[in-house]
Amino acid sequence: MRTRALALRNYKEMVRDKLNIVFGLGFPVIIMLLLSLIQSNIPVSLFEIDRLTPGIAVFGLSFISLFSGMLIAKDRVSSFMLRLFTSPLTAENFILGYTIPLLPLAIAQIAVCFIVALLLGLEVSVSILMSILVLLPAALLFIAIGLLCGSVFTDKQVGGICGALLTNLSAWLSGTWFDVNLVGGAFKAIANALPFIHAVNAGRAALAGNYGAIFPDLWWVIGYAAVMMGLAIAVFTHKMNSDSAV
Amino acid sequence: MIAIEAKSLTKKYKNITAVDGLNLTIEQGELFALLGVNGAGKSTAIKMLSCLTKPTEGDAVLLGDSIIDAPQAVKQKINVSPQETAVAPNLSVRENLELIYGIYGHDRVSAKKKTNEMIKSFGMTEISEQRAKTLSGGWQRRLSIAMALISEPQILFLDEPTLGLDVIARRELWKLITDLNGKITIILTTHYLEEAESLADRVGIMSKGKLKALGTPDELKKEAGTEKFEDAFLLLVGKEAVL
Repeated sequence: MRTRALALRNYKEMVRDKLNIVFGLGFPVIIMLLLSLIQSNIPVSLFEIDRLTPGIAVFGLSFISLFSGMLIAKDRVSSFMLRLFTSPLTAENFILGYTIPLLPLAIAQIAVCFIVALLLGLEVSVSILMSILVLLPAALLFIAIGLLCGSVFTDKQVGGICGALLTNLSAWLSGTWFDVNLVGGAFKAIANALPFIHAVNAGRAALAGNYGAIFPDLWWVIGYAAVMMGLAIAVFTHKMNSDSAV
Repeated sequence: MIAIEAKSLTKKYKNITAVDGLNLTIEQGELFALLGVNGAGKSTAIKMLSCLTKPTEGDAVLLGDSIIDAPQAVKQKINVSPQETAVAPNLSVRENLELIYGIYGHDRVSAKKKTNEMIKSFGMTEISEQRAKTLSGGWQRRLSIAMALISEPQILFLDEPTLGLDVIARRELWKLITDLNGKITIILTTHYLEEAESLADRVGIMSKGKLKALGTPDELKKEAGTEKFEDAFLLLVGKEAVL
């Protein structure tokens, strides 16, 4: 009951922030249309719709971090979190209450990318559903990053970190815009050490029907998601019980 | 019946002692005002009593439950209206009230019923569907207090409830607080001395983390030998605390 009440409130707060929603859902779609247009004029295999779609879906998920991080940070900066912390809500209620409402938004974010891809010529197949499923751990990863950032930083800092840094990291180091092998060296090593490129590769493999190639890339994403979620829970719980809770 | 019993309640932050051995007993149904200049320790005392921060030493028992051993039980019995207006901005007045009733463990049906009662008793029928962020400061503060009361707390903490409000909104809130007097235990912190004098049954004056004086406004004036409550406050709080 308590979790439901908090989750419903958080969902409403996010979906009623129209600017966030339009920008979060719209910006990845614009990028997708732009890259498809480039591809139609100068064919680049990387921008073929079946390769591009999982990449843009992962990029779009970075906005989910922004939504969740901003919401928690704003609650902390205002006295609203203080009010919640003096209520009987437990740490479990808080974590679930802030996580659950983001899942439908993340799924909607991925689904919008695939719907646009279908309009741009992606073939209808069961692999689309498989690819969406494979991208769900990435959704959890981005939600966890948002929870963590929102627990530590102010809303302005979250705007910078999740809105600028994370979106760029997930774009540049995911192999969506360009092949990281072209840069090589440390850049490639860093990209491979982070989860973004693995999330895109797993999504691409699923969409291609090459299910055997989903792993080990997906393990990277699941591992990162588990660690980040564990870290977010630990930091939030610590903040909740510390003197600098709000 | 005792509502709050603080025993040597102490809070230290590194080298600073924010609250120093607070001993205080507040009866059920009492309206108690905690006064002090900035940094006197009243907000820290409220934070400890509302389980927001743990005491370094000492304990407090609220209606039989310790803030250290049973904070969840304490939280179920109390509610807080923070200094800043704490409302969910994109939720309507009705949704804000339903949210708070829900997080105190009530189902949707009873939340709707209770919310309707609160909207009526707080005179918020006309603004019930309006989003909180669009309300005036006075209405937001009224909503914030309604949110603190909807869970039917036995102890209510009001932290600077009229700060920044105009005279009319202030007087309206005073009436609202007066109406609650005797029904629940209220702990009020305020910088407005006339507010404490006219609303509170008893007043505690804190300075440098210690409780310097305790009594009814009349008792405190008598103790200080002054006619005005403000003069009594200044004498009792001590010159060094004001400078």
